[in-house]
Amino acid sequence: MAPSAPSHPAIEMLLARRRLKVIEILPWMIAVGAFFLLPQYLTLGSQILIMVLFALSLDITVGYAGIVILGQAAFYGMGAYTAGLLAAHGWGDPIFGLVAAAFTAAMLGLLSGAVILRTTGLALLMLGMAVALILRELANRLHDITGGFDGLRGINVRPIFGYFDFDFFGQTAFLYCLATLFLAWIFVRQLVNSPFGRSLVGIQENEVRMAAMGTPVRRRKLIAFAISAGLAGMAGALSVQVNQFVSLSVFSFELSGTVLVMLVLGGAGRLYGAFIGAPLYMIAQDAFAKGDPVYWLFWLGLLLIGVVLFARGGLLGVSDTIQRLVGSHLLRRSVASPDTTSRASGAGS
Amino acid sequence: MTDTLISILFSGAAFATVLYLISVGLSITMGLLGIANLAHGAFAMAGGYIAFTLVNRLGVNFFVALAVAAAIVALISVILERLIYAPVYSAGELEQVLLSIGLIFVSVAVAQFAFGPLPLAVNVPSSLQGQIQLGWRSFPAYRVFLIGFGAVVFVMLWFAIERTGLGARIRAAVDNRAMAEGVGINTRTLFTIVFAIGSALAAIGGALGSEVVALTPFYPLEYLVYFLIVVAVGGLGTVGGPALAALLLGFGDSACKILIPGFGAFFIYVVVFLLLLLRPNGLFGRT
Repeated sequence: MAPSAPSHPAIEMLLARRRLKVIEILPWMIAVGAFFLLPQYLTLGSQILIMVLFALSLDITVGYAGIVILGQAAFYGMGAYTAGLLAAHGWGDPIFGLVAAAFTAAMLGLLSGAVILRTTGLALLMLGMAVALILRELANRLHDITGGFDGLRGINVRPIFGYFDFDFFGQTAFLYCLATLFLAWIFVRQLVNSPFGRSLVGIQENEVRMAAMGTPVRRRKLIAFAISAGLAGMAGALSVQVNQFVSLSVFSFELSGTVLVMLVLGGAGRLYGAFIGAPLYMIAQDAFAKGDPVYWLFWLGLLLIGVVLFARGGLLGVSDTIQRLVGSHLLRRSVASPDTTSRASGAGS
Repeated sequence: MTDTLISILFSGAAFATVLYLISVGLSITMGLLGIANLAHGAFAMAGGYIAFTLVNRLGVNFFVALAVAAAIVALISVILERLIYAPVYSAGELEQVLLSIGLIFVSVAVAQFAFGPLPLAVNVPSSLQGQIQLGWRSFPAYRVFLIGFGAVVFVMLWFAIERTGLGARIRAAVDNRAMAEGVGINTRTLFTIVFAIGSALAAIGGALGSEVVALTPFYPLEYLVYFLIVVAVGGLGTVGGPALAALLLGFGDSACKILIPGFGAFFIYVVVFLLLLLRPNGLFGRT
């Protein structure tokens, strides 16, 4: 990247995306603030961070590559059982568990993606769900190893770096999740702004044209799918290490659906959709769903219908619309702009 | 041995009938407009609960209740189609998936609120209770009726699609919508009609099938994958494809349940995987 690069508007736009904006520090400041100011909510906080990572992983496939899939829980569960089984058999080092979980989940993504990405539409949706269901059946069948419906027993996670023990108040857990999410965020931010990430957006917008331009469409999609699966596996591993528990519910349709809802509420195809959708969902669920989970389902359903009919692009999409209406250049520059809807600017010659 | 085989075929055919009745509408609407309506199972559940209320609580005749349930669900589906589905036709697949998940969630909550979490079944009329002698062994009369009903619906649908003017228009629109519009077919109205018929069939499937597939609030989620398998394996927009897919799935499901209990679903999903790997458009897909 030479300093005297030719200044074409499209290049300018791509470079501007990579530059860190001030407001992008906000989520991390909120997280650190929560650590000091809301110690009684650290357990919920860790769950939120895990779900942000999970939703972020889904954003790569659904939001950027445009692969609509309803089985992300398969990879989350794969990571969860990998880390859980390792910890239950004396390999309790959390970092090792995390890396191993990312690896197995990514491998699963590569394997299953090689099959299911050949299909589209309903068949793709169905096969995505089937991956999660197959794993669930398998985990249920192998209950001598996995504990089946009762969950895996004897998960013993060692201190991080052999020093920071997971304490009763969840302080270590929170910081551990936060650090993992931070690293994942840097990675995903680099990824989606790289030529690879831009090509994913291109594939989403016009697959045929990208293929005609010489982009290996299927391979790009498969790699994106595997990366997304790996990150989902890390989220699953975090969940096991923090909660010291894993059961068959990690493969449930509800979890796949929930993470999609979180992403869409925040705004899919944007780096920060997960950072907004997941916390809002988790906090709302914590507040409203305690009494009656079925009522929660009702309002959640209505909310989803409302988002689809009236607020496509989620909350970030709504904030964009408001900004356009207000027309303030100052505001516009400070908030991360949508990555997939700005078709006009990037097209170029 | 033959006894086991007959049991497998018989209970498989009963399950297949329910799957077929519910999924065929989904297959045709999907073929017509490419709408990923995952909430189709909610129509089946609604039909089942309406029939349950009429028959078990109000003492209405079984067959009258069936017709009423089909009519009510068809009406609801047309309203939903015009108000909620229509705006997302042009939107992406993601929007359609989200919308139908939203509808599923709402329907689950409403069903749980109105009917509670326990599995329910519509009372079978006394004329269809008991066993019926066919050849050298006896079968439950109701399931024989169910399979027969499914066969009749299949023949009628096949006739309607392949031999009537309406069917010709539907086939034309599935094959090439723009061209169908070009020769003067109002595909919008056509779609509403097909949507209503598909929902009514699903309602009948839910109501008739409650003896095989019990009604629970999570019905639309629990059997979603099965409905989608029928549609995906059968191929879009045909009458015969979903029928064959439903039969295969029904036989496979009951064979696995009887021969290798506990491993059933696993086996079926793997087979579906391999099948779609070889034929991504299903067995009879019109592409």
